[in-house]
Amino acid sequence: MSIIVDENSRIVVQGITGKEGSFHAGQMIEYGTKVVAGVTPGKGGSKFQDSVPIYNTVKEAVDATQANVSIVFVPPRFAPDAIYEAADAGVETVVCITEGIPARDMLNVYNYLKSTKTRMIGPNCPGIMSPGKCKVGIMPAFIHEQGTIGVISRSGTLTYEAVHQLTRVGLGQTTCIGIGGDPVIGTRYIDCLELFKDDDETEAVIMIGEIGGTAEEEAAEWIKENFNKPVVAFIAGQTAPPGKRMGHAGAIISGGKGTAAEKMAALRAAGIHVCESPADMGKTVAKVLGK
Amino acid sequence: MNIHEYQAKDILRSYGVAVPGGKVAFSADEAEAIAKEMGGDIFVVKAQIHAGGRGKGGGVKLAKSVAEVRELADQMLGMTLVTHQTGPEGKTVHRVLIAEGVDIARELYLGIVLDRSVSKLVVMASTEGGVEIETVAEETPEKIYKEYIDPQTDMQPFQARRLAFKLGLEGDQIKHATKFILQLYSAFTETDASLMEINPLVVTPAGEVLALDAKIGFDDNALYRHKNIAEMRDTNEEDPLEVRASEHHLNYIKLDGNVGCMVNGAGLAMATMDIIKLAGGMPANFLDVGGGANVETVRNGFEIILSDPNVKAVLVNIFGGIVRCDRVANGIIEAAKSIDLSVPLVVRLEGTNAKEARELLANSDMNFEVASSLEEAAEKVVALI
Repeated sequence: MSIIVDENSRIVVQGITGKEGSFHAGQMIEYGTKVVAGVTPGKGGSKFQDSVPIYNTVKEAVDATQANVSIVFVPPRFAPDAIYEAADAGVETVVCITEGIPARDMLNVYNYLKSTKTRMIGPNCPGIMSPGKCKVGIMPAFIHEQGTIGVISRSGTLTYEAVHQLTRVGLGQTTCIGIGGDPVIGTRYIDCLELFKDDDETEAVIMIGEIGGTAEEEAAEWIKENFNKPVVAFIAGQTAPPGKRMGHAGAIISGGKGTAAEKMAALRAAGIHVCESPADMGKTVAKVLGK
Repeated sequence: MNIHEYQAKDILRSYGVAVPGGKVAFSADEAEAIAKEMGGDIFVVKAQIHAGGRGKGGGVKLAKSVAEVRELADQMLGMTLVTHQTGPEGKTVHRVLIAEGVDIARELYLGIVLDRSVSKLVVMASTEGGVEIETVAEETPEKIYKEYIDPQTDMQPFQARRLAFKLGLEGDQIKHATKFILQLYSAFTETDASLMEINPLVVTPAGEVLALDAKIGFDDNALYRHKNIAEMRDTNEEDPLEVRASEHHLNYIKLDGNVGCMVNGAGLAMATMDIIKLAGGMPANFLDVGGGANVETVRNGFEIILSDPNVKAVLVNIFGGIVRCDRVANGIIEAAKSIDLSVPLVVRLEGTNAKEARELLANSDMNFEVASSLEEAAEKVVALI
């Protein structure tokens, strides 16, 4: 099994004719993902790579192809509109890769989506992938392998590092989710953990966090009460200074809150295996599972 | 992005938030002229730097005459102000705010921030004005009153009123405070602020409610729609290397260590800093060169890292996913050749075509140390300092 996306997911790519959108749509198709439609307003009626139909609106794409997952490659000022359009068309999951969307726009999107059935992943994330089944994102496919570990991360390349380490120690993944590095995101650690809890194939979960906010602490609290599979964690930014935004809009220690030390302590107190070194992520999961 | 107090007050004034009169001066002459025009017999001279705790450091002083305003402005301009937020090196004062003196009956606190755990804005008020809100939250959290705002309705008057009553205000003060809070909220959302703090919010003996101080931070991602605010940036308040990096669209933050690092991706960049420390070194910077890592980006990155005299060795850590490692390796070689690489360089490339990339690096006539794992890279670079 896997969570959120699998071999039956039907993907519509919003912004399929843009530079990023077309490149990654191609990569997703190459991996075997069912990319059933693209959307670029004004280019409806044409085809991507001579095979994927392009529509003017998400509604048309969904009606014609039964797409149920959308991926958004649209610049920051138009991305909120793209997410609203996907939700309006009734897609189950919208994955927003875009980095740099104003927080106020995302607050509106997030609170609006609560009144719909649409789940948002991201923004400012590498996407979601269930190895061996489908890839809805920009992650390099070749480092992944189908297996039993769930991966949840706020980061991009650090997630690749973790996945690569897992694959190297012989541990494949059920689903890898980049939840995004922004302060307002659609799907959080706990949302993913709830799904991994009920996924029989997932044996253990690795959580990759970073400074800023209290999402890791909230997840730790939830895990203590509700989750009985092993969890390994790494928190980036142990050496980050307070008051500075470390690349991601959400990675900032403010008012003394959101430090790596606090997060690591909270995770440990919840019985989670915390690695101090990012080089130990794969090894630690293997050790915890006795492999 | 952060701005100065006087800029924050100008913005708030334009949204109808009650703020005491005041103007910024860049010289003692200007300070004198402003005080003269303002009139009255009590003034406040406030050093304008992007850090809190200015009062304790001697950056906020009362003046009882125009001559005294001039004298104080003259003392403050050019002085190095050290507060608990500036670090021991302090910050040079280039601007002072000349403000009207205000009679104070009560000092309160008002703040607006995004509460990330619920994805809503929260308006916070406290009776403990003039104290850092973090201290209040730690010691007497029951003295902080909160209203969470649904973005679909925005802040409603009853929410502002509820805060005003909780603050123990009465009579006309309620009306003034309610208006103040609602105007502040509008200013927050309309300017895409990420933080607003009015500390203290003062009540005068006449029952007026005024922002005695004001701190505003803005969402960098939204600055494209607020050109007037983007222009308020004061690069004097930033590290010169960080300013240079931002001109090259590089995400660089200067730190105190001796190992420079260049990484693709913010999370991996932080993790690389962390592993440098675990290996016994100290990171000199955070630098995310993004997905591309092409020759120009890498060259600019090297130049900025090497401008920091503390840097004794550099670690490049690139996880090539979509971008091929052999291309990155060629970029590194070319960039390194075009500059004077005065310190040892350790390169770790992992991902697509990593093996070919390592061979390219090893066979180049440059003196690179090549590593394959994160751990090995950190150990190698620390051994070189």
